[in-house]
Amino acid sequence: MDHLPALVNEARAAIAGAEDAQVLDQVRVRFLGKKGEITALLKGLGQLSAEERPAAGERINEAKQALQRELEHRKQVIEQAAMQTRLEAERIDVTLPGRGEINGGLHPVTQTLERIESLFQRIGFDVAVGPEIEDDFHNFEALNIPAHHPARGMADTFYFDATRLLRTHTSPVQVRTMQSQEPPIRIVCPGRVYRSDSDLTHTPMFHQVEGLLVDEGVSFADLKGTIADFLQAFFERDDLDVRFRPSYFPFTEPSAEVDIQCVMCQGGGCRVCSHSGWLEVMGCGMVHPEVFRHSGIDAEHYTGFAFGMGAERLAMLRYGVNDLRLFFDNDLRFLSQFN
Amino acid sequence: MKFSEAWLREWVSPALETQELADAITMAGLEVDAVAPVGAIFEGVIVATVVAKSTHPDADKLNVCLVDDGSDEPVQVVCGAPNVDIGQKVPFARVGAVLPDNFKIRKAKLRGIESCGMICSASELGLEEGRSEGIYVLPAEAPVGKDFRTWLQLDDHTIEVDLTPNRGDCLSLRGMAREVGCVTGTKVNEPSIAPVVARNNAQFPVGVSDGERCPRYLGRVIRDVDVTASTPLWMCERLRRSGIRSIDPAVDVTNYVMLELGQPMHAFDLDTLKGGIEVRRARENERLTLLDGQAVVLNENTLVIADHDRALAIAGVMGGEATGVTGETRNLFLEAAYFSPLAVAGKARDFGLHTDASHRFERGVDPDITRPAMERATELLIAIVGGAPGPITEVRQPMHLPRRPDVELRRERLSACLGVRLPDEEIHRIFRSLGMASSAPGQSWRVEIPSWRFDISVEEDLIEEVARIHGYNQLPVRRPQARLSLAADDEASQPLRRLRRHMVSRGYQEAVTYSFVSPELQALITPDGVSPVLANPISSDMSVMRHSLFPGLIKALIHNLNRQQHRVRLFETGLVFQGELDELVQTSMFGGLICGSREVEGWFSSRDGVDFFDLKGDVESLIALSGEADAWSFVGETHPALHPGRSARVYRKGEAVGWLGALHPAIRAQLDIKPEVYVFEVEQDALTQGVISRFMPLSRYPEVRRDLAFVVNDEVGVAPLLDAIRVRAGEWLTQWQLFDVYHGKGVEQGFKSVAMGLTWQHPSRTLNDEEINQLIADVVEVAQTRFGATLRS
Repeated sequence: MDHLPALVNEARAAIAGAEDAQVLDQVRVRFLGKKGEITALLKGLGQLSAEERPAAGERINEAKQALQRELEHRKQVIEQAAMQTRLEAERIDVTLPGRGEINGGLHPVTQTLERIESLFQRIGFDVAVGPEIEDDFHNFEALNIPAHHPARGMADTFYFDATRLLRTHTSPVQVRTMQSQEPPIRIVCPGRVYRSDSDLTHTPMFHQVEGLLVDEGVSFADLKGTIADFLQAFFERDDLDVRFRPSYFPFTEPSAEVDIQCVMCQGGGCRVCSHSGWLEVMGCGMVHPEVFRHSGIDAEHYTGFAFGMGAERLAMLRYGVNDLRLFFDNDLRFLSQFN
Repeated sequence: MKFSEAWLREWVSPALETQELADAITMAGLEVDAVAPVGAIFEGVIVATVVAKSTHPDADKLNVCLVDDGSDEPVQVVCGAPNVDIGQKVPFARVGAVLPDNFKIRKAKLRGIESCGMICSASELGLEEGRSEGIYVLPAEAPVGKDFRTWLQLDDHTIEVDLTPNRGDCLSLRGMAREVGCVTGTKVNEPSIAPVVARNNAQFPVGVSDGERCPRYLGRVIRDVDVTASTPLWMCERLRRSGIRSIDPAVDVTNYVMLELGQPMHAFDLDTLKGGIEVRRARENERLTLLDGQAVVLNENTLVIADHDRALAIAGVMGGEATGVTGETRNLFLEAAYFSPLAVAGKARDFGLHTDASHRFERGVDPDITRPAMERATELLIAIVGGAPGPITEVRQPMHLPRRPDVELRRERLSACLGVRLPDEEIHRIFRSLGMASSAPGQSWRVEIPSWRFDISVEEDLIEEVARIHGYNQLPVRRPQARLSLAADDEASQPLRRLRRHMVSRGYQEAVTYSFVSPELQALITPDGVSPVLANPISSDMSVMRHSLFPGLIKALIHNLNRQQHRVRLFETGLVFQGELDELVQTSMFGGLICGSREVEGWFSSRDGVDFFDLKGDVESLIALSGEADAWSFVGETHPALHPGRSARVYRKGEAVGWLGALHPAIRAQLDIKPEVYVFEVEQDALTQGVISRFMPLSRYPEVRRDLAFVVNDEVGVAPLLDAIRVRAGEWLTQWQLFDVYHGKGVEQGFKSVAMGLTWQHPSRTLNDEEINQLIADVVEVAQTRFGATLRS
């Protein structure tokens, strides 16, 4: 009993000296375990007299609790140190790049087509598609371009035989839609078109989006509003100047070319706009009654407007591409710029 | 249409600067392509005359000339041009003059002789392309001492207008002037053309047997002409500024009248004609050598001008060589005719020609300008070549002349179409300015269409005219009204957009390749495939429609490999064209190609190349988007472009919808592609179809997993084995994992070990061991009996 202080001191020294959890546990067992030295003192209380017993028991219990607190404290210190060591060991270079596949990307023409489609889908247009090998009727006749019409010279056509050809515009899709649907019709027709032309500014294949709205009471004013809204939305410029210039397409009357203020120089004049400040970006007009007649729509009851634009041209202006032919080389160094 | 601004301004001269004038023309719908000065910029050039010439003492090819430029003393100039001569009028650059490209004229010594100025050639003054032969010799009446620029009116511009095919009426100064007058509100000074009095009775008979195609033909004989006379400089200049070279007076005058009035004309050498003119259809296989030297074989569809012996010219297209005007010509026969657009349409193109005449006749020439043009040409011609004109011979079949019925314009329709009601005065002003008489306003206007407007026949045409002259940009802007209606949306199908984005997130770049490919490459890839062939391809390597997406993708791969891009992952969507034209099927395909390392090069990656299963994994993930992966299967089949042991046909619900595999090593060798290449293509419709997800209640009972390994012959496909096991494992099988395929130690040669984990779970109770053991026995039994598999211990 008298050696309790010495025993406590010894235990304290052992706890402080324990460098890891294992050693610390051995210390706990040695002093506080079932057969531990402090436990033995408690067991020995029975040999004391009844008067001595409570005071001695209290002293031993105090000593035990104090040692337990110290053990617990020491355990935490050891665990913290171990954690610290582990964390230090597990340090990585977080600046290394991540693992895995890198994203590919959509072709810039697809991005442009999708953007155009989405803008029109928001105001209730559907997307319509059709065959690329077309017949003379759908590509020309039904669009008021009879054989030998000088307008056939406006687009050099790829032929397979006398009547079958690669479509020169996506207008045949409009014809097919009008033949199969009742107004109101609101469609955009994106897709590949073909013209026998190949130089710096022409490729024999390119993409168009044409649009068609047929309903009661559709006017030229509606056309102007729709086109201006579209171009301002496409270029994200509320103040983009848009002008309509009289032109000629056999399938529309009145017809217009649409110019926008040059998006490269903001209308100040540059190489891209040939110093005019204006860029021709699309064609449009009111659907010609002859086209309605071919498609079985009553031109007295319905009116409509149509428009068409080249996707590559808009993509070039939007993304600043300076060479049309790059779109079809499929060079990864080009394509990946649009990811 | 190209013309000189100064010439136009003689007809109509609005108070606008050149660029403003061009803008006004453009905004009228006649798009100005270019405005260019008619000559280069220079100053200090004077009309002068050469008064003396002697050979340079020290240089054979140089002359020492004295030039009178109107100043006090003649000036000494050394001139190297071989054609310089005494008495010539010449453009003379005085000392101090500045020629094009800022070339300053200074006093100089040439081989020791002082030269004070320069006698100029046309090209040195920017008046001729290329390099002129010698100095520019001016006509004798050129006024000595006058500033050359001013005298030649060089402060002028060539305006080039890109006319749409409907506006044939603007293919002349007269037509352009009408338009400019109309859009600027300026009066047009139409020159009066007086009939030329006949000086003899010389006539040459004219017969027209096809009045429908040639309802009006005028001819006139001019006797005793001197075609060696020179065309006056002013006419040459106007032609030059309109893009036409001066040839001889007869050609120049007919061209001039064509430019001025829009009437193409032709001059024959009368003495080469036999009997009389006959306007008729060509005989089958009739031959004719044209002015350009081309010998053509005609057919019954060609309208020709003939004499009593032979065809002389293709009507409205080009004259013949044998009867053209030459230096020897003494007597002329002038032609001015109206040929219907249908008579000429397509004819020039049939012979590979496109002439100023055919261009105009195809679009429509004013049928009322024939006679004024004949008078105008006669007047201009005799002023140059002299001679005595006879009376005009005219053959006319009025019932075939184009009729322009009045067109009715309803007020209601006009307002509805433009979205605004324009005042009556404005509409009348517009019609008046267009030369269209219109009735007093009521519910509608009845509008007379002038003889030159071939493009106006229906109400909409008049609406466009009103809108155009009023100004498109002055018209209101609205937004279309529509009833809001929800459209159906097929939730089960996958939009193409989603499929594309899925490929993008798996590292693919989208390609867009041409739909026409090289027949050689196509034959290599799909030797048995038939697809349409273009009749007029842009080049032979773009002449056949693609039968598959493979050729385009492979071409794109080669392009990239050649540019040190070694890891290539591409996909494309688009139509392929299969079958002869009459049984053609145009199918949307979705295809892709991979080549190079499996992983992006990085600090973590291996350098393994891609293999079949990399691409198959991508295709399966694409398929899985549909929620119907079970509907698909891959069956080992051979494709001519693919490695026979590494190719699979892709089936959906038992229907073949595509291919997947390694590009055949022999084809790679032929295309000089070193690394392995894997390609796939699947019909887009198959990929976009899918099912709507369906909820299954979650079981609260424990699941049981058992792992099994079978040894089977290498020939046995794992997928059919697994499929059979799944069926046999019963409805409580919830998951199955193939976790190992092993060849090697412990497994006999020619066999493989296939290990899988099967998981069962019952929706409403716990499965007991007996049940599981029975299921496993069933599974083992099917594997044994159908696939000869043994359970590996």
